[in-house]
Amino acid sequence: MTGAEIKEAVLDILSGIAPDEDLSHLKDEVAFREQLELDSMDFLDIVMELRKRYRVQIPEQDYPALSSMQSTVSYLEPLMKDIAKK
Amino acid sequence: MTRDFLQDTRDSYDVVVIGSGLAGMTAANTLARAGHSVLLLEQHYKLGGLATWFRRPGGHIFDVSLHGFPVGMIKSCRRYWSAEIADRIVQLKHIRFDNPMFSLCTSFDRQDFTRLLVERFGIAPATVEAFFDHARAMSHYDDQQMSTRELFEQFFPGREDVVRLLMEPITYANGSTLEDPALSYGIVFSNFMSKGVYTFQGGTDKLIHLMSDELRRNGCDTRIRCPVERIEVRQGRVCGVRVHGRTIRTRAVVSNANLLGTIFHLVGEENLDPQYIGQARAVRLNNSSTQVYMALKPGEMIDEEACGDLLFTSTAPAFRTDLLLSREISSRTYSFYYPKTRPGHDRCLIVASTNARYGDWAGLPPEEYVRQKRELTESTLAAAEKYVPGIRDKIDWLDCATPVTFRRYTGHIDGASFGTKYEGLAVSRSLPQQIAGLYHAGSVGIIMSGWLGTVNYGVIAANEVDAFLMHGNSQLNPQSTTDP
Ligand SMILES: Cc1cc2nc3c(=O)[nH]c(=O)nc-3n(C[C@H](O)[C@H](O)[C@H](O)COP(=O)(O)OP(=O)(O)OC[C@H]3O[C@@H](n4cnc5c(N)ncnc54)[C@H](O)[C@@H]3O)c2cc1C
Repeated sequence: MTGAEIKEAVLDILSGIAPDEDLSHLKDEVAFREQLELDSMDFLDIVMELRKRYRVQIPEQDYPALSSMQSTVSYLEPLMKDIAKK
Repeated sequence: MTRDFLQDTRDSYDVVVIGSGLAGMTAANTLARAGHSVLLLEQHYKLGGLATWFRRPGGHIFDVSLHGFPVGMIKSCRRYWSAEIADRIVQLKHIRFDNPMFSLCTSFDRQDFTRLLVERFGIAPATVEAFFDHARAMSHYDDQQMSTRELFEQFFPGREDVVRLLMEPITYANGSTLEDPALSYGIVFSNFMSKGVYTFQGGTDKLIHLMSDELRRNGCDTRIRCPVERIEVRQGRVCGVRVHGRTIRTRAVVSNANLLGTIFHLVGEENLDPQYIGQARAVRLNNSSTQVYMALKPGEMIDEEACGDLLFTSTAPAFRTDLLLSREISSRTYSFYYPKTRPGHDRCLIVASTNARYGDWAGLPPEEYVRQKRELTESTLAAAEKYVPGIRDKIDWLDCATPVTFRRYTGHIDGASFGTKYEGLAVSRSLPQQIAGLYHAGSVGIIMSGWLGTVNYGVIAANEVDAFLMHGNSQLNPQSTTDP
């Protein structure tokens, strides 16, 4: 998957986790937490969904890499480069 | 009895979950939903652990731990259980305090606490806001040295009344004291006191039945009356559990049994690193509880205006956490249950709870134990008279639970009501580093306690088990390509 496809996949996961939030104005370089009402369980759900959908494993010590869209995509790019888009 | 409670179980499962408390059930449900084969083993004859209820003659149903939980339970239930469960969660709007320092009613949210602190306690709005923001921003990375007492001293120096308002409910909710880390207070406080107190409409029995249906739908194999005797470990890995003299093979175990019970009774020291054992020995258990259950006669109603839903009372002149554990009870929390709690039911009930020490009850000779129980019931009725005048004539059924009761039904060491103190969290979390495939989920560390804390902890453990099982299954683990 390309960076753009990964972003789309993450957005799709986020829309399930925060169904009441408007994600169209989300700024890639700003922390999710500053723009959305997300708690630590929401972040865990992102991790669980990524594993379920793409079999990507994210160890707990790497969770801070998921703080913004930009950091998430750059963290996931090498892990997901060989995974086909769904 | 010769009934085989393990009839038709398989010889092996992907995961065995030991204990059906809220953490155990939630872990089992999450893993079953993810497609793993799951066996859930419960030693008691019903599911739920401390999230439990009991029936008494005359159609009375008492809830044991349904006094209130944070709003986050709605989201967690919707996500990890079902919309049907989440939709039954409703707010308790009248939380009362009555003690020699103040008597007031609150909706128990940030806005209302701010109003009270400013208008009744005369605190500057900026201070209140700074306190709330500070508590909200606290995280595991913060200083763990600061105590809750010091936190209050920083924002509200010398204001014992404010400390009482902000601390007493938390002490009841999870047994924490002013000596516990400010961090654990901050995390619980921001969860609990920002958006009100909630309950489950239909009662604990309804919740547990809905959960049990959901477990069945997701293919979880659930067995009651199945006390696990041993977690079997070979070469540092989980390989099975021993129950009713039989070994059931498994690749992963989630233990929802008491943390120390898991380590010292189910696993055994010989399987663990001495340093870890040392850490585990240093874990302090949280206190236990007593409860007096009072069912009113059919037709007798409680004055909802006067009593509210949840009432924190004390006759002690000031708030001292050590007093809360004393057998000379000065503080009680009452939960008032109206017919609306269980739609279709027409009874009013009252449950009075206190925090208590196991040691004060466990060693008593039988007659003395019975006498002490009677005394507790009597003194509770006398205290409740203030809120429900003529209560003795209105009562249809009385019952009483002590730390010994809690121990008997859950197997928790010392009848611990709220798991362990803060240090238990690290010991619980690092169990899988000791034994591959072994996870603990259940009340620990104050933060991971209560209905919401344990449901969430069940999910956290399930997430790790899911990763562990996938790791073992797949040679093409993406993680291995990025490991430093
Ligand atoms: C009196 C009281 C009032 C409370 N009030 C509230 C409240 O108002 N709000 C709130 O949020 N929380 C409340 N709590 C706390 C809350 O009930 C608990 O934190 C929560 O239910 C604990 O869940 P748990 O998953 O840790 O496990 P538990 O409920 O402790 O369950 C553990 C389960 O494991 C089983 N088990 C143990 N050993 C074995 C074995 N070897 N084999 C098989 N099974 C085993 C036990 O039988 C039990 O079913 C209260 C607790 C008490 C005691």
